[in-house]
Amino acid sequence: MSQQWETVIGLEIHAQLATKSKIFSGASTAYGAEPNTQACAVDLGLPGVLPVLNKEAVRMAVIFGMAIEAHIAPYSVFARKNYFYPDLPKGYQISQMELPIVGVGHLDIEVDGVTKRIGVTRAHLEEDAGKSLHEDFHGLTGIDLNRAGTPLLEIVSEPDMSSAKEAVAYMRKLHELVRYLGICDGNMQEGSFRCDANVSVRPKGQKEFGTRAEIKNINSFKFVEKAINHEIERQIDLIESGGKVVQETRLYDSVKDETRSMRSKEEANDYRYFPDPDLLPVLIDEAFKEQIKAGLPELPQAKKQRFKDQYALDEESTTVLTSTRQLADYFEAVVKGAACEARICANWVTGDLSAALNKAGLEITESPVSHQRLAGLLVRIADNTISGKIAKQVFEEMWQSDSSADEIIEAKGLKQITDTGAIEAIIDKIIADNQDQVEQYRSGKDKVFGFFVGQVMKEMQGKANPGEVNKMLKDKLK
Amino acid sequence: MHNKTIADLAKGLRSGEFSSVELTQSFLDRIKQHSSLNSYITVTEDLALQEAMAADARIAKGDAELLTGIPIAQKDIFCTQGVKTTCGSKMLDNFIAPYDATVIEKFNNAGAVMLGKLNMDEFAMGSSNETSYYGAVKNPWDTNTVPGGSSGGSAAAVAARLAVCATGTDTGGSIRQPAALCGITGLKPTYGRVSRYGMIAYASSLDQGGPMARSAEDAAIMLQTMAGFDEKDSTSVDQPVPDYLAGLNNNLDGLKIGLPKEFFGEGLNSDVAATLDAAINEYRKLGAEVKEISMPNLKLAIPAYYVIAPAECSANLSRFDGVRYGYRCENPADLTDLYTRSRGEGFGKEVKRRILMGTYALSAGYYDAYYIKAQKIRRLISEDFKNALAEVDVIMGPVTPSTAFGIGEKIGNPIEMYLSDIYTIAINLAGVPAMSVPAGFVDGKPVGLQVIGNYFAEDRLLNIAHRYQQVTDWHQQTPKGFE
Repeated sequence: MSQQWETVIGLEIHAQLATKSKIFSGASTAYGAEPNTQACAVDLGLPGVLPVLNKEAVRMAVIFGMAIEAHIAPYSVFARKNYFYPDLPKGYQISQMELPIVGVGHLDIEVDGVTKRIGVTRAHLEEDAGKSLHEDFHGLTGIDLNRAGTPLLEIVSEPDMSSAKEAVAYMRKLHELVRYLGICDGNMQEGSFRCDANVSVRPKGQKEFGTRAEIKNINSFKFVEKAINHEIERQIDLIESGGKVVQETRLYDSVKDETRSMRSKEEANDYRYFPDPDLLPVLIDEAFKEQIKAGLPELPQAKKQRFKDQYALDEESTTVLTSTRQLADYFEAVVKGAACEARICANWVTGDLSAALNKAGLEITESPVSHQRLAGLLVRIADNTISGKIAKQVFEEMWQSDSSADEIIEAKGLKQITDTGAIEAIIDKIIADNQDQVEQYRSGKDKVFGFFVGQVMKEMQGKANPGEVNKMLKDKLK
Repeated sequence: MHNKTIADLAKGLRSGEFSSVELTQSFLDRIKQHSSLNSYITVTEDLALQEAMAADARIAKGDAELLTGIPIAQKDIFCTQGVKTTCGSKMLDNFIAPYDATVIEKFNNAGAVMLGKLNMDEFAMGSSNETSYYGAVKNPWDTNTVPGGSSGGSAAAVAARLAVCATGTDTGGSIRQPAALCGITGLKPTYGRVSRYGMIAYASSLDQGGPMARSAEDAAIMLQTMAGFDEKDSTSVDQPVPDYLAGLNNNLDGLKIGLPKEFFGEGLNSDVAATLDAAINEYRKLGAEVKEISMPNLKLAIPAYYVIAPAECSANLSRFDGVRYGYRCENPADLTDLYTRSRGEGFGKEVKRRILMGTYALSAGYYDAYYIKAQKIRRLISEDFKNALAEVDVIMGPVTPSTAFGIGEKIGNPIEMYLSDIYTIAINLAGVPAMSVPAGFVDGKPVGLQVIGNYFAEDRLLNIAHRYQQVTDWHQQTPKGFE
């Protein structure tokens, strides 16, 4: 049935910019402080106070714009969006309406191996509101204005997505990008990255858009997918049963997995936008853009391609390694320090290290094993001081202590034996003690070779160089 | 003592002729004696005497500035830390400001003594001081008439010698019109010259604080302290502040004065016109050349202003919602009730009228027809000033169409009241500086001459006013009963 329907989705994403102070005041933006301890006179909207634009927020918006190859407005204007709400201290939000700082740009997403370009209509700067707290006040509402004035970049997409999957891919891509750029911490639990979705359906082939509903405040990738799919289903059911979709704002309830109506178009506010006379227009010249461009980090897509080319890594490893800038930087630092095959470095970073970090719930930046120490370990694999197997043991020791790989290898006597004389003596002894197996091997039972390797390794407590052991055994067993 | 200029008082303080405490006490006594003028909302007696003592100590140490120890008063639109700041409204009757406006901070640093907070039209919306929650202020020249507004308390207090000088703010004429009606010298600086931080906003793109004093020289001393870039106000202009006293005596030979014919047509009281003619003649004697000019868009100023100012005020006054500070209605039933009753009961009629006008002008479907159009007119008016001031050095004209009108005379007719600012409003729309200079009397009531200059030409305006005050004594007249 759903074959005959086509979905149109556009997303509005609010990314909280990672500035130290608020967009129009000097108060801190740190999360989680006691209510109203990070709201200064400006944030409280006291009589007589005035906003002063935080240049860092402008810089971050321009960085974003450059990263999505968008038009950066040489002249953009802050406007007042008027509405009354207790957590909006001035009775208006300072935002941008007609002249946003970032114009048309784009972002490429990949779904099921197919690349699709999603248009970004605009991105504008605005201030966040405070929070209304409905618990613990005996039926009254508490207001916490710590968040009031936190800088947000609202990124509005074109209605270019046609499935919840694409919407999630776009959101993930944007999430990855803003973190790469260092302009947003991407913490969705703390509300640093929030999403509203505009969803409509239309009969396949129809040109005009169907009536859309806006789903507010969907704050995880999982919920975005569920909320959109639920909404698509609701709209199709509605139309198929003879109803009509009304333009409205709906709220997603993640507990009941449903959206419900918040307000209809008729009830919508007339925000009476007009240019804020307290703030000057934001002027951005070519020199500033050039300076930003020169300082732009390598973007995820480019980095991924470079990792493939430069390090000859497979798709899976590159995807993992470039998932955050920090992990990619760590990997490259290890490669540089270890001077060994990049593939081995990649295996360690995406394998043992990532597993240990996951288990401990740590980010790469919090890794107890620094890239210098990991490189120190990989150097000893490369120069045959230890085997890969012993290396895992050393790594575990490193995770628990501050010691270097060399210190651990030395202290525990894990040095690999490459002295061919010592290995030869052991091999001779094993061959002499196991004449039956020697016969079997010589009669064509190749599998028995593993038995000899195991015996030698056992005798040498795993410290023999496996390559050397193989080579010698093959010679002696001929 | 109370009739001296700032410069003379500063000399007296330094020579030990009198102390700041004595001077301050004499003004506090006068304020009490003439409380029926209703020019003060709050008299900060204890604070004033403390500040006076500190000033005396500073003078004794020898690091006093011209304003150190001088008793001045502040329009109640400036936030003063620890002191009630009402903006003339019931809405802020209980509001003790937790911080100082930049202007206040500057006067404090200069060691000026604050006598108190002056009455004003509610949220600076009015031209007669009758919209104040604290009642009308009386004009000391005729206590049946208004002192003008919105800085009516400031003008009346300075005219009646209840403060050496005072601050005012001017959005559409609120310094110049009361200065004219009370016979004192008032200067509205270039928009951006004086910080607006801590000055409660009426119409942000038009509001500008400035000095109200007995003479151009006193105004220059005040402006020297008030002016300058403030990083807390993005619209303040980062341009050096000249020495306003240095050029006061420059001669006026060859000064080109333009008289816009639009300022001298219908609507201007003929006696006022004659008084202004005499004043302009005085300038001819001082060496100025006078020519008629035309500023065709001036007639559009009032309608444009009454779209832009209310539009901005409709947003500026949204913060007064009964939630965080200020007036809150009794027992609100719910949020909507809290908002509607707190604002309905807290704001006066004129404020509500302007909020409604502004809200309407910004509404969907009307925005282009009103707000955008008004902004276009504003640009045309600015062009008129630019063109005129390319042709002449200064523009002169009336400040008000007539002398002070009676209390109660116009309050029932908003349009007529709005027209009393017909000669001042265009200046705010253009952002240029302008002064009101005492130029004579009609039936015992003062008449002001308006002198309008180019952007940041405050020094020139003060010079032009000062030279006139050297050859006339209109500014030295004192209303009967206040000598």
